[in-house]
Amino acid sequence: MPNNDSRSPEHYVAPLDETPLLVIDKVDENAKPSNLWLDAWRSLRHSPIFWISSSMILFILFVGLFPFLFTNEPPNNKCDLDNSNGGPEAGHPFGFTKLGCDVFARVVYGAQPSLTVGITATLLVVIVGVILGALAGFYGGFFDTIISRVGDMFFAIPVVLGAIVLMQTLSGTRNALTVALILSIFAWPQVARITRGAVLSAKNSDYVTASIALGVTRFRVLMRHVLPNSLAPVIVVATVSLGTFIVAEATLSYLGVGLPSSVMSWGNDISQAQSSIRTAPQTLLYPAGALSLTVLSFLMLGDVVRDALDPKARAR
Amino acid sequence: MAWYFFRRVLQMIPVFIGATFLIYFMVFALPGDPVLAMFGDKTPSPAIVAELRAQYNLDKPFIVQYLLYLGGLFTFDFGTSFSGRPVSDLLASAFPITFKLAMLAIAFEAIAGIAIGLFAGLRKGKLFDASALVVSLLLISVPTFVIGFVLQYVFAVQLGWVNATVGQGAPLKDLILPAIVLASVSFAYIVRLTRTSVSDNLGADYVRTATAKGLSRGRVVRVHVLRNSLIPVVTFLGTDIGALMVGAIVTEGIFNIKGVGGTVYQAIIRGEGPTVVSFVAVMVIIFMVANLLVDLLYALLDPRIRYAK
Repeated sequence: MPNNDSRSPEHYVAPLDETPLLVIDKVDENAKPSNLWLDAWRSLRHSPIFWISSSMILFILFVGLFPFLFTNEPPNNKCDLDNSNGGPEAGHPFGFTKLGCDVFARVVYGAQPSLTVGITATLLVVIVGVILGALAGFYGGFFDTIISRVGDMFFAIPVVLGAIVLMQTLSGTRNALTVALILSIFAWPQVARITRGAVLSAKNSDYVTASIALGVTRFRVLMRHVLPNSLAPVIVVATVSLGTFIVAEATLSYLGVGLPSSVMSWGNDISQAQSSIRTAPQTLLYPAGALSLTVLSFLMLGDVVRDALDPKARAR
Repeated sequence: MAWYFFRRVLQMIPVFIGATFLIYFMVFALPGDPVLAMFGDKTPSPAIVAELRAQYNLDKPFIVQYLLYLGGLFTFDFGTSFSGRPVSDLLASAFPITFKLAMLAIAFEAIAGIAIGLFAGLRKGKLFDASALVVSLLLISVPTFVIGFVLQYVFAVQLGWVNATVGQGAPLKDLILPAIVLASVSFAYIVRLTRTSVSDNLGADYVRTATAKGLSRGRVVRVHVLRNSLIPVVTFLGTDIGALMVGAIVTEGIFNIKGVGGTVYQAIIRGEGPTVVSFVAVMVIIFMVANLLVDLLYALLDPRIRYAK
């Protein structure tokens, strides 16, 4: 257990002339009890990657929420074909697209749809996956069989392949929310499986047996003890998934079954830049760079959080 | 082993039926006219609509429709493409090309990924390890199609080392660049997976024992560490086939390869719904079968799996 390790000195050999109780006396009885989250936060606090990635994410969220603070001209407002594929100039640091629109403004406004898809899909996947996974793992039996087998069926279809089929059918109602919904339809079994595994191992711990012996209702045990102790792997997967959902949305938009081309999104901009990569590489590089940086931030955050939540990794 | 094989195949049957049912349900039972939806913005002629209705048995109850479809799958009748050719015909010409591309990609990602992951894992925390981590993270966060554009532009257009698009019959030398693009993301995952697995195994008791009994470091790494570190990599290859299929749609589209992915790409671009649906259904089936094969390979490698109840 990590809790005890942090307090007891390692390899301590008491000198013969010293009272062996000294070490015990030194333990601060009033110290706050340590737990997994507190330990994780202590190790995250000292990780530069955590601070870099989380401030990047906050910045990108801010841009997505308030794009008008970052560019004074609404995109597509002053698209001038005279500027077609033009290089950077004063007031237009990223140059112009093929249709003469300001690349910088498009990159800024493109953040919102990508983030909407990523965040909505992650929330849906976590809500559905955690509820179903926890029920399956905790109650077992019939519940478990049904949820696991149904999950297997969805799991057998690769997320983007399934999304291509469904988006093809839903050609009339393509927007950020439908893309997120459809991605999560095929992605929830992963979270459900992980939650189920974590709940299964937490279920067999002594504190659960103790709570049940004390007469706590099973549902209360699940909510108060089992779930909080099973969430660590879910948080890690959710963070990484957010990044992969953004890539999936871009891929769908690139294929022409994601967001409609009228919506300003990084995926659409990259897809439209394909034809002008030779003459105007900036039209590809800036939206692709923005997308990749966003995904990278979520991946790095997921990585450091995983290490911080893993007591074994922390001890090393 | 035979018992494990039998059990595993038996387990796959409901998953297979369920997954094909899901796809079928999504396409044909959702509100709205599925035949019209297949055409997207285009308006089909009434004759084609009537023909499609008859072809997909839309006049019969839904469950009968599905059973007819499932029956067709077992006789390799995957439906008809937009242009009227049977999908199985198109598959026969497209599948070998995609198979060649996928094999090249898997060979590349497995050899390069395991080698780099092994060196990074052995030198954890050193410069090589740190740069391998950074490069792999970058590869994962850049979408495949961007990597495709950039590599195609640099190596084919700027340097002229390879052809920008793949010629008739997909010769091997034309497929090298597309295979590298297709492998890039999975390569990054394999590097990270091997690295973690190697560095974990380096601290295992059996490695200490092997070193203590006087084995050379080379032998310890090759026989004890590497072999055991490959188990999660093999599992990864199973799920990776799904990623390779999506990647094949994108990569074959960029390099104009006439494989399964390229056919789906062209069909999506042209809005030919029936072709997309029937090809993707076939891809899902291939994915499931490939996953089964990987599972069996896994059991062959790791005795703990096949004896577990």
